[in-house]
Amino acid sequence: MKKVILITGTRKGIGKELAEYYLSLGCNVIGCSRGPGTIVNSDYRHYELDVSNEKDVVKMVRAAKKEFERIDILLNNAGIASMNHFLTTPYQTVQNIFNTNFFGTFLFSREVSKVMMRQKFGRIVNYTTVASALRLEGEAIYAASKGAIENFTQTISKEVAPYNITVNAIGPTPVETDLIKAVPKDKIADLLDKQAIKRFGTFEDIKNVIDFFIDDKSNFITGQIIYLGGIHN
Amino acid sequence: MKNKIEEIIIEVLIELNEELEKDALNNPTKDTKLYGGSGALDSLALVSLITDLEERISDEFDNDIILADEKAMSQRTSPFRNVESLTIYIQKILEE
Repeated sequence: MKKVILITGTRKGIGKELAEYYLSLGCNVIGCSRGPGTIVNSDYRHYELDVSNEKDVVKMVRAAKKEFERIDILLNNAGIASMNHFLTTPYQTVQNIFNTNFFGTFLFSREVSKVMMRQKFGRIVNYTTVASALRLEGEAIYAASKGAIENFTQTISKEVAPYNITVNAIGPTPVETDLIKAVPKDKIADLLDKQAIKRFGTFEDIKNVIDFFIDDKSNFITGQIIYLGGIHN
Repeated sequence: MKNKIEEIIIEVLIELNEELEKDALNNPTKDTKLYGGSGALDSLALVSLITDLEERISDEFDNDIILADEKAMSQRTSPFRNVESLTIYIQKILEE
């Protein structure tokens, strides 16, 4: 049976690569982003929405359930980053970051879990960051939004465990995508230096952890946070 | 509309009870107690009822409703206490 995967933030970066990867494995992929989709494939559906818009998220998940009858996997990939000293961070920026990163993860987790609990199977993968574990200066708000996701991941993993749904999180190191292109080079070099393995993360590294979390055999793995590069809390 | 909503709630309860096997839910009527006090549902069963109902009501009335909204959670008397109160509550949401 074809697996049905919902991935948020599929217009570019890691989300797009993951969507294309799972399509190449023969999965049905449902994606979304604020702009039009960039993937053309008969097994791909795209929804244009803001992940923190409750009505639109509910509508998308119900439409996906109606068409594919199930959703096996949810990757809460959509995210925005911002580097700034907290003293000079506008309140609106904080709201935007929490809207996309935390509220978006909450809404999709809630709505997709409703589908998963009926089918008594589900795999949810949330996204955190090594900046959360490292308490990186300059990333207070971004890391706080991801810290919220970590706690949320571990708590809801208990709440949905009776329905055979697992919830885990991956904490990537910097990967060379749009998300970090505005970050000064020396800051990135400092960060890489804090890792046990001092290099950029790659798409392959992320895919490897996600593949592990979503594997049918990983049904005893839940509430876990895996950071790449040898970072730990 | 009210009769249709009640009908859906009762159908969903009957389906749900195939799993729960509670005597109190064998023949649900508008007076059947659901959650809180002597209600037949525990919190996990209530979650199942809410999610099943959201889907069925949304399909039937072509309206993507969310039952566990702020108003439901803050009302002094819970709309989830019995079939009748839930029916009235859903009708109110649909008419908004």
